[in-house]
Amino acid sequence: MTRSSLATFWKSGDLFIWLTASGVALSLLMIGALLGLIMVKGLGQFWPADILEIRLADGRTLIGQPINSETIPHSKSPEHPDGKRRTRFRVGNQDAFGYDFKWVDADAVVAQAAPFDLAVFERREWGPLYGRVRALYREGAPVAEGPAAWSALAPLIEQANRLHERIHRIEHDEIDEINRRLESLRLRRQALRLDDRLTENETATDLDLQRSLVVLEEQYRRQADILDVLRRQAGEYEVAVSLSTGQEVRLPLSKVIAALRPNEMDWSLKTLTYLRNLWKFVSGEPREANTEGGIFPTIFGTVMMVLIMTVAVMPFGVMAALYLREYARQGPLVRLVRIAVHNLAGVPSIVFGVFGLGFFVYTVGGTIDALLFPEALPNPTYGTGGILWASLTLALLTVPVVIVATEEGLSAVPRDFREGSIALGATKLETIRHVVLPCALPGILTGLILAMARAAGEVAPLMLTGVVKLAPDLPVDGQFPFLHLDRKFMHLGFHIYDVGFQSPNVEAAKPMVYMTTLTLIVVVVLLNLVAVMIRNCLRKRYATSAV
Amino acid sequence: MPVNPSPSFAPNKVRDRWTPSTVPTSTSGGEPAQAAGPLPTGNREVKIRIAGMNFYYGTIQALFNINLAVPANQVTSFIGPSGCGKSTLLRCLNRLNDLIEGTRVEGRVELDGLSLYDPQVDVTDLRKRVGMVFQKSNPFPKSIYDNVAYGPRMQGVREKEALDRLTEESLQGAGLWDEVKDRLHQSATGLSGGQQQRLCIARALAVQPEVILMDEPCSALDPIATGRIEELIFSLKTRYTVVIVTHNMQQAARVSDRCGFFLMGELVEYGDTQTIFTNPRDQRTEDYITGRFG
Repeated sequence: MTRSSLATFWKSGDLFIWLTASGVALSLLMIGALLGLIMVKGLGQFWPADILEIRLADGRTLIGQPINSETIPHSKSPEHPDGKRRTRFRVGNQDAFGYDFKWVDADAVVAQAAPFDLAVFERREWGPLYGRVRALYREGAPVAEGPAAWSALAPLIEQANRLHERIHRIEHDEIDEINRRLESLRLRRQALRLDDRLTENETATDLDLQRSLVVLEEQYRRQADILDVLRRQAGEYEVAVSLSTGQEVRLPLSKVIAALRPNEMDWSLKTLTYLRNLWKFVSGEPREANTEGGIFPTIFGTVMMVLIMTVAVMPFGVMAALYLREYARQGPLVRLVRIAVHNLAGVPSIVFGVFGLGFFVYTVGGTIDALLFPEALPNPTYGTGGILWASLTLALLTVPVVIVATEEGLSAVPRDFREGSIALGATKLETIRHVVLPCALPGILTGLILAMARAAGEVAPLMLTGVVKLAPDLPVDGQFPFLHLDRKFMHLGFHIYDVGFQSPNVEAAKPMVYMTTLTLIVVVVLLNLVAVMIRNCLRKRYATSAV
Repeated sequence: MPVNPSPSFAPNKVRDRWTPSTVPTSTSGGEPAQAAGPLPTGNREVKIRIAGMNFYYGTIQALFNINLAVPANQVTSFIGPSGCGKSTLLRCLNRLNDLIEGTRVEGRVELDGLSLYDPQVDVTDLRKRVGMVFQKSNPFPKSIYDNVAYGPRMQGVREKEALDRLTEESLQGAGLWDEVKDRLHQSATGLSGGQQQRLCIARALAVQPEVILMDEPCSALDPIATGRIEELIFSLKTRYTVVIVTHNMQQAARVSDRCGFFLMGELVEYGDTQTIFTNPRDQRTEDYITGRFG
């Protein structure tokens, strides 16, 4: 290539096009790899993999599902130039064995098979149990043995699950409701005693309250009796399972969620089970320190928090931007304010968390408690972390994004429109209301989308203002006033941290971490998609010929 | 703004509020004594009178001692090279320059003998009496109907029949009705350039103004659309007083009855269009209209 043709090539900009295109390609590759890794690691856990029965060289047998395999570090030798392999099995039966996972060296395996009668039990406690079904007992007496026991099992498990559901509902709804009323009665009685003495009227009220208290306690006892009956009914059946060690355990069906024999399942049945597991994960509640079960409360909490934040940040940010762009006299002061707003977007989120804790939780919440809920003190109502304070903290965090985007949207509205409206005798307010704001709406929504994406992914400020590892109740339920802004909540981002780093069974939690991450990404994408769709609708409606 | 049940324009607060005797002269105390324009307006009533007017953008003076009288129900055109101040003067007539920070007016600008720059003037009422059409057609990104009904709605007209009638009348007045009557509720941005400009005229008519200001209304249009707008301007003068700024001297000659030539912020010459174009008194006017500069 001659000098001049090199110069021509340089000038033509081809190289630059290649550079920019490879930048895009690299970004796409990284995003694709990240998503791929998360999906492969996370989505695999719901697949009902075959259960292997392995005889080891030392005579022991082992039943479990292979998880992964690797080359043993520093195992290269003349006989094994590539190093020895080993496989990690989930052997379950944590209550009996004391461990859940086990590495098995490839050398040590004598025989390996996948007999059809191996079963895995998904349990409410202690993780999975692997073994063979031997017999079925009802109140200690055998009712079925061998293959008959297995075929009798499925309907009984379903029945046990229904019973569990009922028990859960009674505990959760009815007894909770009674407890809530008892608590409110207790608080009302306490409120009567706030000034340390009872007037005649107050004494009468107090007696009334005491009578209702007795009635409620009676109701409570009745529910507790029902619960006793149900619990006994649920514990009626037991299944005897022989483990890999030959030891036989009796497992009450009330502790079983599902029993599967994956080795005898065909492809379609496995797919069905996979989908059912996936659904249980999305819609279920967490168990076993969050390492098992579902993540529904965290999805709900995340979406709820983002929505409350949106409601808070939108009017606030748009108002501020309107003033800055439309009304304030442009000068050094406004420039300074604008710089400050831009910089606010760069403040680390934990700083907002600390501010939220100090201002919202302690100051605002404490004041609300002192004024509105004095009878509950020293137990805080709003003076502790809750979904409202977390949402408001995030609203503060994201308000700069909304202000900047709104200002840009406002400044993009052509001057022709404003003058056209003013020239028709509209006031400035009418012009803003009827012409400027509608035209700027797509820009405003872009800001909101950015704000939502940022808010949904924040964890640090939430840890200080209301997120918990396990919330007993959702922030929205059937109890008056239906939306409980003072409640603590669960959040996908915090759930990832909690499951990944705070759980007792790290290996079992690993796929949960990936799945939760995937869910978080999906939730953020879905929230954004909805906003983008709304924006596109508006764009079409307010399409302008003036570019 | 009071809600006005009748479709016709609300009684103008502007007129009720102004009393000529109490109106003080604006800031500098221009030369109200020489108020009458340099030329008589024939037998016609004077609609707008400008006397001793100076205009400043901050410290830069854009107009110097303008004196002229615009006759009612005629078309008056302002011509001159770019930057000569003709648009600035036009935008003073509905006080649109108020939107620009740091502008200042000295002297008198009168509508029907009443000072526009009196502090008591309700500017929005003034703008209802003095409508405006812009250089670039600027229909709002709303439907055709909503565009025309925008002004009346801002005045509190809510009844559907009244709005319907106003919209139809205005669109007919702008010669657009037949083209758009079947798609009133489609977006105005789908119209062609010429249609958009006529829609803007209809929008201005819907407020039922007395004066219509046009700032180079045809500069972005093709000859056919321009021709239609010029016909429209000609027909408008039976009901309205029209002031038009144009770059196109043929246009000024075709549509206007009176013409003012501006140069460097000064009104060089003002008179009957025919006189200006056939027998200008000033050498600079002659140079300009014969194309020797500008």
